[in-house]
Amino acid sequence: MAAAAVAEAASEPPQQHQFPLPAVLEYPASTPPYLITQGAEGRLYKSTYLQPDIPCALKYRPPKPWRHPILDQRLTKHRILSEAKVLAKCRRDGLRVPAMYAMDEAAGWMMLEWVHGAPVRVRVNERLGDRKEGIDKDEGLKELMRRIGLAVGKMHKIGIVHGDLTTSNMILSPSAESVTDGQLDGTPGSLEGEIVIIDLGLASYSTTDEDRAVDLYVLERAFTSTHPRAESIFDELLKGYKEAYKQSNLALKRLEDVRMRGRKRSMLG
Amino acid sequence: MALETVTLDHLPASQTVHIAYFRNVRNAAFLHSQLLARNPEFEYGFVDASVIVSRLHLLSAVFRAATTASTNSLITPNVHSEIIVSLSPSNNISEAYRRYGISPSTKDLLVVKISGPDGLSHDDIAKHLSQHVEGDQLPVTDENIAPATDNSKVAKYYKLNGLSWLDAIKDQPKKRKEVETLVVGTLAVRGI
Ligand SMILES: Nc1ncnc2c1ncn2[C@@H]1O[C@H](COP(=O)(O)OP(=O)(O)O)[C@@H](O)[C@H]1O
Ligand SMILES: [Mg+2]
Repeated sequence: MAAAAVAEAASEPPQQHQFPLPAVLEYPASTPPYLITQGAEGRLYKSTYLQPDIPCALKYRPPKPWRHPILDQRLTKHRILSEAKVLAKCRRDGLRVPAMYAMDEAAGWMMLEWVHGAPVRVRVNERLGDRKEGIDKDEGLKELMRRIGLAVGKMHKIGIVHGDLTTSNMILSPSAESVTDGQLDGTPGSLEGEIVIIDLGLASYSTTDEDRAVDLYVLERAFTSTHPRAESIFDELLKGYKEAYKQSNLALKRLEDVRMRGRKRSMLG
Repeated sequence: MALETVTLDHLPASQTVHIAYFRNVRNAAFLHSQLLARNPEFEYGFVDASVIVSRLHLLSAVFRAATTASTNSLITPNVHSEIIVSLSPSNNISEAYRRYGISPSTKDLLVVKISGPDGLSHDDIAKHLSQHVEGDQLPVTDENIAPATDNSKVAKYYKLNGLSWLDAIKDQPKKRKEVETLVVGTLAVRGI
């Protein structure tokens, strides 16, 4: 029975799969799984949830042959449960993250809402183009930075820290109203849309200003190394952060300490 | 005949899912008693439609139950009872039966039957249901489910009260969609 299902799924390969698929992806689907990224910990496929018109992201953490099997299983389970809990909490508290559709933590997978759009990194780089000057006067870009800050501030306010904030772990998702002629992912260079925070695999519940400050510091470092020419507008992001999160002054104060520690460390290193 | 056979993505091809919907059910007490007597002919997922917000809500529970069956990790006697627990945010089985399953006072009923490779055919099931369920059969659509939904019960069971951002949504279809998303998310993380 399983073999028949495998044969059926494999009869029209849309993509040569280099890696073994989780069992759930071997079963027939209207849109066969398509590998989007292969990270250190897991793989991300695009597929469909239940029916052809509901695209989904399937995150799969395959067994790591170099780890002890029982420990590996336990770790995988723990990571999936932790990400799922955080996603569910964010969503209940009204923060825009991918919705949870289904999961099997023992088998190592979770299915999430597919968020249309492009990573913020991509849209920012398109907008910057090869400009060297006038970036700090780009009102559209500065406004995007404030929107990113709003999203991060809202996340911290509800008691979640992300653990890996980068412009790759945010999607700029065009609003339904703005989508014309089926361009669900938006158009290159456009900064219209909603900021959706993704990849909460390292996120946790925390309400300490230290953790929040570290989260912001990681984002600042990631931002300035990914978009060095836009370094001068990072402050706009912090403006949005303050707006969304009224008690942010302590976290921002702490951010200065964290920066200092960072600087000392790099001087020593 | 309004028994619908649905193909759900990522389920073993050997499992066939059939769904039906009856409004104004007149013999819920009889159907309920058949479940209690464990009459194998009445092995169905009998869902009280008042706690269901949409077709996707129902199908999400079906998907979870079928996936659980395919990995041999059912926490109830069979895949049909598993559908009922799969509708619940908690692992409390008797509470799930009480809240989401048929009761003698059920008015609107969603029915699910999952048949294996050598199980009953669509026509067998359709015939059995039309013989034994006294009610007005309708297609399983969001439009048909909506009038049967008891929103205050849904809010209570799925802990949606006090979410100010949700209460602030005035556009009803949009709000329904958000409720559906929250409910589906709640089913996905049941028991953790
Ligand atoms: N829910 C989603 N919707 C759309 N694209 C997604 C979604 N989740 C992830 N992606 C895409 O896949 C990439 C990798 O996913 P991510 O969750 O960040 O995993 P990793 O841990 O490998 O970084 C993201 O940068 C994004 O482009
Ligand atoms: Mg990532």
